[in-house]
Amino acid sequence: MTAALTGLTLAEAADGLACGHLSAVELTQAYLDAMAAARDLNAFITETPDLALAAAVAADARRQRGQSLGPLDGIPLAIKDLFCTEGVRTTAASPILDAFVPPYESTVTAKLKAAGAVMLGKTNLDEFAMGSSNVTSCFGPVKNPWGRGGERDLVPGGSSGGSAAAVAGRLCLGATGTDTGGSIRQPAAFCGIVGLKPTYGRCSRWGIIAFASSLDQAGPMARRVADVAILLTAMAGHDPRDSTSAPLPVPDFAADLAAADPSDVRGLRVGVPAEYRVGGMAEEIDALWRRGADWLRAAGATIVDISLPHTQHALATYYIIAPAEASSNLARYDGVRFGLRVPGETLDEMYQNTRGEGFGAEVRRRILIGTYVLSAGYYDAYYLKAQKVRALIARDFAHAFEACDVILTPTAPSDAFAIGEKTDDPITMYLNDVFTVPASLAGLPGLSVPAGLSRRGLPLGLQVIGRPFDEATVLRAGAALERAAAFTATPMA
Amino acid sequence: MSLDRSTVRTIAYLARLRVAEDQLDALATELSAILDFVEQLNTVDTGGVEPMTSVAHIQLPLRADAVSDGGAPDTVLANAPLPIDGTYAVPKVVE
Repeated sequence: MTAALTGLTLAEAADGLACGHLSAVELTQAYLDAMAAARDLNAFITETPDLALAAAVAADARRQRGQSLGPLDGIPLAIKDLFCTEGVRTTAASPILDAFVPPYESTVTAKLKAAGAVMLGKTNLDEFAMGSSNVTSCFGPVKNPWGRGGERDLVPGGSSGGSAAAVAGRLCLGATGTDTGGSIRQPAAFCGIVGLKPTYGRCSRWGIIAFASSLDQAGPMARRVADVAILLTAMAGHDPRDSTSAPLPVPDFAADLAAADPSDVRGLRVGVPAEYRVGGMAEEIDALWRRGADWLRAAGATIVDISLPHTQHALATYYIIAPAEASSNLARYDGVRFGLRVPGETLDEMYQNTRGEGFGAEVRRRILIGTYVLSAGYYDAYYLKAQKVRALIARDFAHAFEACDVILTPTAPSDAFAIGEKTDDPITMYLNDVFTVPASLAGLPGLSVPAGLSRRGLPLGLQVIGRPFDEATVLRAGAALERAAAFTATPMA
Repeated sequence: MSLDRSTVRTIAYLARLRVAEDQLDALATELSAILDFVEQLNTVDTGGVEPMTSVAHIQLPLRADAVSDGGAPDTVLANAPLPIDGTYAVPKVVE
């Protein structure tokens, strides 16, 4: 029974709940059992079974009274441990927040709870969401459910690696992630699931532990495009407490997608950027990309060659801007108001001791880079220059979208690598985000859809990038890819 | 751009990060590699380009300048490492 329940998609489970074939309690218990049986993945930092069951009981009671809150009422979800959850420890996978219990709830998780969603627990991530492999977590790396039992354990990608592993491992129906340079899309690709980074401003950042404020965006992760649409509809919306949150109405993404025929995208213009064919691109990634374009063409889309000439500079731009913003955001961890404190003789010493012990190696590295590029004498040469190149990157996309409606690219340059690989040199790790960072810099929505298996039998993803606030078209194109790819492989097989 | 030990020490102090002396060389090497990588931006012609300071694709609204929350000192101090009499305690800063 448990396997049957955890094999459902979110939309199927919602239907089952709506027509009374399922109860939220049995669904939640099935996932709690699955979580307990898969602790070796290390996908969760904190499990909240008692809260989950209480929420499930309440959801069932509402439904019995005829007062269901909608499709998410009673749906078990995993929450990335970067979202503050009232009364539940929230760590950002950092020693400096090891004992932090937020007295408030992030807007996105509050919206999900208001829609009746059941939180199963808080998922593992790279420390402060800085990483592409989930190996920088102070709670240890997450294992990708794919390749489990193989010679070497594989990374789930990062930074939302725990969320991606939990969805792929059938430990939840869906999860929240956050994406700064690819942290939803790259792990979604590595784990064979769907992940959406919405337009910057679509989901409130309030209550999400900040990494790089001009890039951070929350988004949904699930097994199907339709599931992601249901989650986004609940997560999105204007929030006066986030000054960059867009005061725009939220379409019913799920209903719009359900009304569309995924086999028919006639009229859709799909841009294929020449500059993403980077030197040394793996043949199987290139082949998957071409196949994706063929699938969309077969469904009636027009494929358009486009140019994004500043693509090659996106990573360098990102690795100035993101650390600069991080060094500023992380200045708040001073051992005074919350979090770890390591005593010192003077206030300065206390700051230095606290931050020296409280941050891991990758976070320290980024704080130092950020501090350097913002320091007197270097600000113009690095930070201001990067902001100018960022403007050019954003302009490239604006020009491209005159000729196309969505852009198709691979999500990541490879399949999942082994835990411990690519850790010698930060730049090698940064290259994971080569296809996801440009859309992040431009604030655009990006969706990763599982599209096939590599020669090693591991999932590969295709990315659909859209115009600002046009997640609806991105989801429609994603559903067409999903239908054509017919990706049914599971890590359990 | 190659950073030396003393520059790394200075940056670490600016960031208020305790870095052990025996880590300075390794950090200098890592940080220099990252700076070498990002210096490719010098090859991009950005003449006449305004720096991008916001990604928001719309005019963002102002909110009323009004108190909307507060009066919860215990909640505010709940996570403080050393709360004393409704305040945050820190080492002495004035002699």
